[in-house]
Amino acid sequence: MITGKSRIAGAFSRLRETGEKGLITYITAGYPEPGHTLEILKALADAGSDLVEIGLPFSDPIADGPVIQRASNLALARGTRLADVFDIAHAFRKYADIPVLLMTYYNPVFRSGTVAFVNRARDCGIDGLIVPDLPVEEDSPLRYETAEAGLSLVPLAAPTSTDRRLKKIASRADGFIYCVSVTGVTGPRAEINTDLKSFTNRLRSYTDSPLVVGFGISGPDSALKAAAHCDAVVVGSAIVSAVDGGGGLTGITSRVGRLAREIKDTLRQRKGAGATVPEERTGPPQGRREAGERRGTATI
Amino acid sequence: MTYMMPDSMGYFGPFGGRFVPETLMPALEELESCYREAKEDPIFQDQYRGLLKKYVGRPSPLYFAGRLTEYCGGAKIYLKREDLNHTGAHKINNTLGQILLARRMKKKRVVAETGAGQHGVAAATAAALFDMECTVYMGEEDMARQSLNVFRIRLLGAEVVPVSSGSRTLKDAMNEAMRDWVANVENTHYLVGSVAGPHPYPVMVRDFQKVIGEETKDQILAAEGRLPDLVVACVGGGSNAMGIFHPFLETGSALAGVEAAGRGLETGRHAAALAAGSPGVLHGSLSYVLQDTEGQIMLAHSISAGLDYPGVGPEHSFLKESGRVKYTSVTDLEALEAFKILCRTEGVVPALESSHALAEAIRTAPVMGRDAVIVVCLSGRGDKDVETAARVLGVEG
Repeated sequence: MITGKSRIAGAFSRLRETGEKGLITYITAGYPEPGHTLEILKALADAGSDLVEIGLPFSDPIADGPVIQRASNLALARGTRLADVFDIAHAFRKYADIPVLLMTYYNPVFRSGTVAFVNRARDCGIDGLIVPDLPVEEDSPLRYETAEAGLSLVPLAAPTSTDRRLKKIASRADGFIYCVSVTGVTGPRAEINTDLKSFTNRLRSYTDSPLVVGFGISGPDSALKAAAHCDAVVVGSAIVSAVDGGGGLTGITSRVGRLAREIKDTLRQRKGAGATVPEERTGPPQGRREAGERRGTATI
Repeated sequence: MTYMMPDSMGYFGPFGGRFVPETLMPALEELESCYREAKEDPIFQDQYRGLLKKYVGRPSPLYFAGRLTEYCGGAKIYLKREDLNHTGAHKINNTLGQILLARRMKKKRVVAETGAGQHGVAAATAAALFDMECTVYMGEEDMARQSLNVFRIRLLGAEVVPVSSGSRTLKDAMNEAMRDWVANVENTHYLVGSVAGPHPYPVMVRDFQKVIGEETKDQILAAEGRLPDLVVACVGGGSNAMGIFHPFLETGSALAGVEAAGRGLETGRHAAALAAGSPGVLHGSLSYVLQDTEGQIMLAHSISAGLDYPGVGPEHSFLKESGRVKYTSVTDLEALEAFKILCRTEGVVPALESSHALAEAIRTAPVMGRDAVIVVCLSGRGDKDVETAARVLGVEG
């Protein structure tokens, strides 16, 4: 059975083969209540998400803006525990075969013990971890354990990262690299001001790994703009916001499903135009197809 | 053996490090190298020392508290009068150092978190002096209980942003300050107020505060001809404590750090991370923290806004585990009692934070001999706490 790192690699290989841009959707586990998360994830998968990210609610989410802060606080207030989050992931794994990433701050991992946490994640069918407050300098213990378990530990890069740091981050590419699109916390923006092209080009000069852009993507337009510079985009706060609006669980799943489908459809329509993407890049001489193959043999 | 902490990665034994979003890592690297250069730069040091002398009024006195000593009936008690510094607390030692670094890095703006408001006042003061923009994050609950300081910060030209998330106290103010910094890191320096946060803050803030201990050492030698038997300081994040302890680490003096036991350790409503917490990661460093079994940070409680914090600086965690410093705790009521005693015996109104250190000295002095010497770090003055104290004690005291 394909799991962990290879499931993530498989998803990006397929995207690269078809020339399609991927959609990664995020939901805070336990929001609006623990019993709803599984159905929301199913709706996101049905709407065409290529990967999903489950956010483990944390009491002090310093990298998150107001939307996810509020969702995390409410999820915790409604009694979401670690076991619920793992159960949700496990149940979702039986429903769909797309990669599942767990986004968590470092303390819950540290407190559980990295070995125990990673094994539990693997046993529930989680394929990789994203830890926004764990820079590459501090990630060796967790990187060792995720590698042992066959999971990815996805490194993050930021527009503020120096070239020296981007090189270090690129050397730890694992499944993909998460490029933070804005200098700031999560949450939809009217406009992404970062020069994404030069940021991703800088990173591209060190790696052929898939690049994913997240933070600040609010809908089809910003997703499309960001997608020009990467393999997939993450939509988080906008999905969490779409949870609000009444209508019970049916209302929620139809709203988040509609948003995800709208974004995915827009990305699919771009597919033809996608052929121009490599030409936009002034990066390394390696072709994308060749890069994809090399990554495939290295990680599967 | 020479005490050489932290290591090059910012670790004090197993504690410390840098657990922040990648967006901030380049800024921390820049700050670290800027600080390393400044430390060796005589011009920077002259400027900093000059400010401490002429602007802050250092050295602060080491005052023999004769009537308090008599009241306790044991060891001689000396008070290191950080309350007499400009702005009324030790916090200014650090904010002046950091504002000079911020200028060196060509930053135009500083952000700060504050609990009791003393750091907010000290940050706003330094920003006013150097004509920099300053935003101070403060929990709504703290704004209510330290309203005098809110007014002072605004008078000094800084903006106070109320924080309504979580516990609405220091922890959440620090979360918000970090989020602001993440968004504005290119032109903004985060002026952390304690020996907490990611490397290099714990070592840098300690170094800016260790002037407290250096002066104390000279002053007690002049007064007593020997070093003290015991040095006592309160510990929230722990900057006044690290400042006074550091120069004594390699001496024979006993060191005691006093955490806030709030309503009592057994009630779970306290802020004693070292006594009742466990190692975890909060606000960028690995240290003792109050948390549940799944790593969610728990709410702290203390009558003193400056100690109302579920974490503690990583060097304190190291010193606890190495056994070099003994950490104890004092309840809200014990601190209030000490507050009252110092007002009545010495005519000095201490901050509620510092009153925790005083309470420990008052408890310990009687069991030590009359020739023993205790130094208490009186980290700040208590004008800001008069309302809180009046509410609990009644105006008659």
